[in-house]
Amino acid sequence: MARRPLVVVASVALLAVLALLSFAVGTKPLAPSTTWDAVFDFDPANADHLLVRYLRLPRTALALVVGCCLGVAGAVMQALTRNALADPGILGVNAGAAAAIAAAIAFFGVTNVTSYMWFGLLGAALAGLAVFLLGGMRRGSSPVRLVLAGAALSIVLLALTQVIIVNSEETVFDQFRHWTVGSLQGRGTGVVLPVSLLALVGVGTAFGLAKALNAVVLGEEVGRSLGTDPVRVWSLTALVVILTSGAATAAAGPVGFVGLTAPHLARFVTGPDHRWVLPVSMLFSAILVLGADVLGRVVAPPGEVGVGIMVALIGGPFFVYLVRNRKLVQL
Amino acid sequence: MSELLAAREVTLAYDGATVARDVSVAVPAGRVTVIIGPNACGKTTLLRALARLLAPKSGNVVLDGKDIRRYGTKEVARRLGLLPQAMTAPFGITVADLVARGRFPHQELFRQWSPADEEAVQAAMRLTRVTALAEREVDELSGGQRQRVWLAMVLAQQTPLMLLDEPTTYLDIAHQLDVLELCRKLNREEGRTLVMVLHDLNQAARYADHLVVMKDGAVVAEGAPADVLTVELLARTFALEARIATDPVSSTPMVIPVASLERHD
Amino acid sequence: MSAPAAHRNASPTVAKHAARGSAVWRWRGLSLAWRPRRAAVVLALMATTALVAAVAMTVGTFHVALADVLAILAGRGEGGVAERIVMNIRLPRVLAGVFAGAALGASGAVFQSVSRNALGSPDVIGFTTGAATGAISQIVLFGGGPNQVAVAAVIGGVLTAAVVYLLALRGGMVGGYRLLLTGIGVGAILGALNGLLLVRGALDDAVNANLWLAGSLNARKWTHVYPVMLGTLALVPLLALGARRLSLMEMGDDLARQLGVAVERTRLLSVFGAVLLAALATAATGPIAFVALAAPQLVVRLGGRSDLPVIGAAAMGACLLVVADLVTQLAPLGANLPIGRMTGVIGGVYLIWLLTRGRNL
Repeated sequence: MARRPLVVVASVALLAVLALLSFAVGTKPLAPSTTWDAVFDFDPANADHLLVRYLRLPRTALALVVGCCLGVAGAVMQALTRNALADPGILGVNAGAAAAIAAAIAFFGVTNVTSYMWFGLLGAALAGLAVFLLGGMRRGSSPVRLVLAGAALSIVLLALTQVIIVNSEETVFDQFRHWTVGSLQGRGTGVVLPVSLLALVGVGTAFGLAKALNAVVLGEEVGRSLGTDPVRVWSLTALVVILTSGAATAAAGPVGFVGLTAPHLARFVTGPDHRWVLPVSMLFSAILVLGADVLGRVVAPPGEVGVGIMVALIGGPFFVYLVRNRKLVQL
Repeated sequence: MSELLAAREVTLAYDGATVARDVSVAVPAGRVTVIIGPNACGKTTLLRALARLLAPKSGNVVLDGKDIRRYGTKEVARRLGLLPQAMTAPFGITVADLVARGRFPHQELFRQWSPADEEAVQAAMRLTRVTALAEREVDELSGGQRQRVWLAMVLAQQTPLMLLDEPTTYLDIAHQLDVLELCRKLNREEGRTLVMVLHDLNQAARYADHLVVMKDGAVVAEGAPADVLTVELLARTFALEARIATDPVSSTPMVIPVASLERHD
Repeated sequence: MSAPAAHRNASPTVAKHAARGSAVWRWRGLSLAWRPRRAAVVLALMATTALVAAVAMTVGTFHVALADVLAILAGRGEGGVAERIVMNIRLPRVLAGVFAGAALGASGAVFQSVSRNALGSPDVIGFTTGAATGAISQIVLFGGGPNQVAVAAVIGGVLTAAVVYLLALRGGMVGGYRLLLTGIGVGAILGALNGLLLVRGALDDAVNANLWLAGSLNARKWTHVYPVMLGTLALVPLLALGARRLSLMEMGDDLARQLGVAVERTRLLSVFGAVLLAALATAATGPIAFVALAAPQLVVRLGGRSDLPVIGAAAMGACLLVVADLVTQLAPLGANLPIGRMTGVIGGVYLIWLLTRGRNL
């Protein structure tokens, strides 16, 4: 069946077009020829070339990485919890990163996005780990407990975040509000490199787990009888989700909804086989994030609209449409 | 033979998908009617339509000579009770509490527990032999006990007409007979009119006064079990090669399956 | 069906109920069934609420003795600063807490029943996010004062709930699950809008909006109290009347309908009432986390399960909020602890504790 490879090729092509657009579009629009030269015939004295090279190129790369991470994290979460509503956010990863970054801004006076990233990573990892331990502490994995643990921890962390913010100077809130809507603006190579590295490990592990996930989706009993080791799959999956969604959140702030919708779309196109769901979900998610970022730069000049907001504004209506018009594609 | 409840050329559909087209069926008063048919033939859908849970796309359901839609919903509930296939016992509820809920259609804001309510609930629990379980939580009961409790709830409703959708599922054979004997008793001693969907052909033949056979959303045969259950009908509707003997206990037809005629390719 | 003449006693009698734990009063052809244990729980909760509320009115930078508070409330105050502080500052604050808590508790009970989910709350149909959208846009776009903000929150919340309900409607039916999913989707869109407003707004406005989002009982005036008080007093009894039907619906739509419950109408009316309650509470205090979630669960654990405890949940909600407020005021942290978030911290920790105990939720 040639449909699935075709989807992959078309997605990659679309991504390439979006990437070129992303080089050209912004507060200062550039001609396609200029961006072409900036990439392939770089002139350090040309301000436009510098703009592309040092701002738009890393930003585009980051959008791709964040998109890939969220798509993979979502697909893996939905498989693991056997719940088509699971989104990496329910692991408490977003709330953990938010709390850590609020604390970093308020208590340590951190002001630049590169340092945000490290605190965000730490917070996301700790929260994700706590939720996985709480959710699976007794009698192995339990999807429902996992979801509940994530919800409970998120409530607490977000409340604490709010308490920190309300008790701090206005400037703290000012910084935090910009982080909290999700943005790719101003992230340099200091963010892109470590995040890409984490993403690579996470996505690679996820692809290695694809076959095991196919078994896990059928339920723990069946999975075991098909020869998967639940504890191993459980902990590796935890690693994947924490790495990928943690990296994405730390880098771009909370970007909701991609992780929820991309796997749905992917399953709709490819069917339930995770060897296809994972990569296609990853590509779709990258398209959505990069597209949302590009659109966010032009939709409300002179400023831009954060990628987190754009993604929800595009993804939300689509999700409602899905719920209204078809049975949600079950796992 | 007067009819208490009837469907007149009803077409039934869920979300645009038609399940049954122009079906007419009559439920004779004071008898036990049993509906049988292969999976997905529209038995449950028809039962839901008879109990006004599903509004027909066309045609109508007539209760006591009047279109069922012209009754108030509580009024219908005092004339007709239904035991659906899927129910959820609220977590932690006791048997007596659950059975008491069957009295809802007889209650009003300031008539919350009349002597008639008390008597109906006690009688229903007695008949289904769950009186001893009254204070137990429904979650703790076995499948058979639970089914009897649900039946008690519908009994407590004290309707002259009862529709039961597969009342014997989840029960072992002894409990199945138990429930069916109880149904017969309700019919013979209290004069209640019963409609049941059953899976087991021999049980259907034994307990039905009136048998309705459905296939692909249509009624294909109707009448006394001895007249309806033929080798030819079983082949046509159930894709079953079978012989028909006489039940040595009840002298009703007894189906002995030989082979499936379904081609598996 | 008329009751036999023997039962038409001239004076009220106590009768037997098939379900132990229920008691019956009869008088002529009328009868009332009630549950002594649940009534006791409700009375105890109300007493606790009143007590805590009275104590809360003594607390603050200006101490007023409990006896004086009671005297002032009884209309035998001696005027002066104490009376003005109690009547104009502390009483409105406490009453806002009591009635907002009661409204949220009752609203949560209804939503948990309708969504058949222990995690159900007005949030599941996007209510809180919508109320926030209303309030934030009023603050950021129009620079409205507290009253306008409250009105905008109510409009935003109710409108959102209505849109979600309509979007989830298909073939004249709203399934509980579809309602939940639609609520998530619409909530995400509105959440993004809220973020946009907060980021694009002037810093001062954004700070104000953020303070509103934290939920607070500070500086409540009588104008905050009246709507939620009247609304709660009117709607909670009405919802309690519908509770019987909602309980029947928990057994499955088919079973409830065959018992004579108009399922869709009941669902629409109770969701509407519950949203209105949540809206009034939010208008009075801003968003308060967790009370709607926890109050129905807690009251069921105390009073036993049977029919949906709307009044019990209201009493529990009031008690929870008043206690949480007193605790935050007494906490020696010197920090501003917004009540709406403290309920979140306390409630979330409680949920986690339940999880570590391995309880099945």
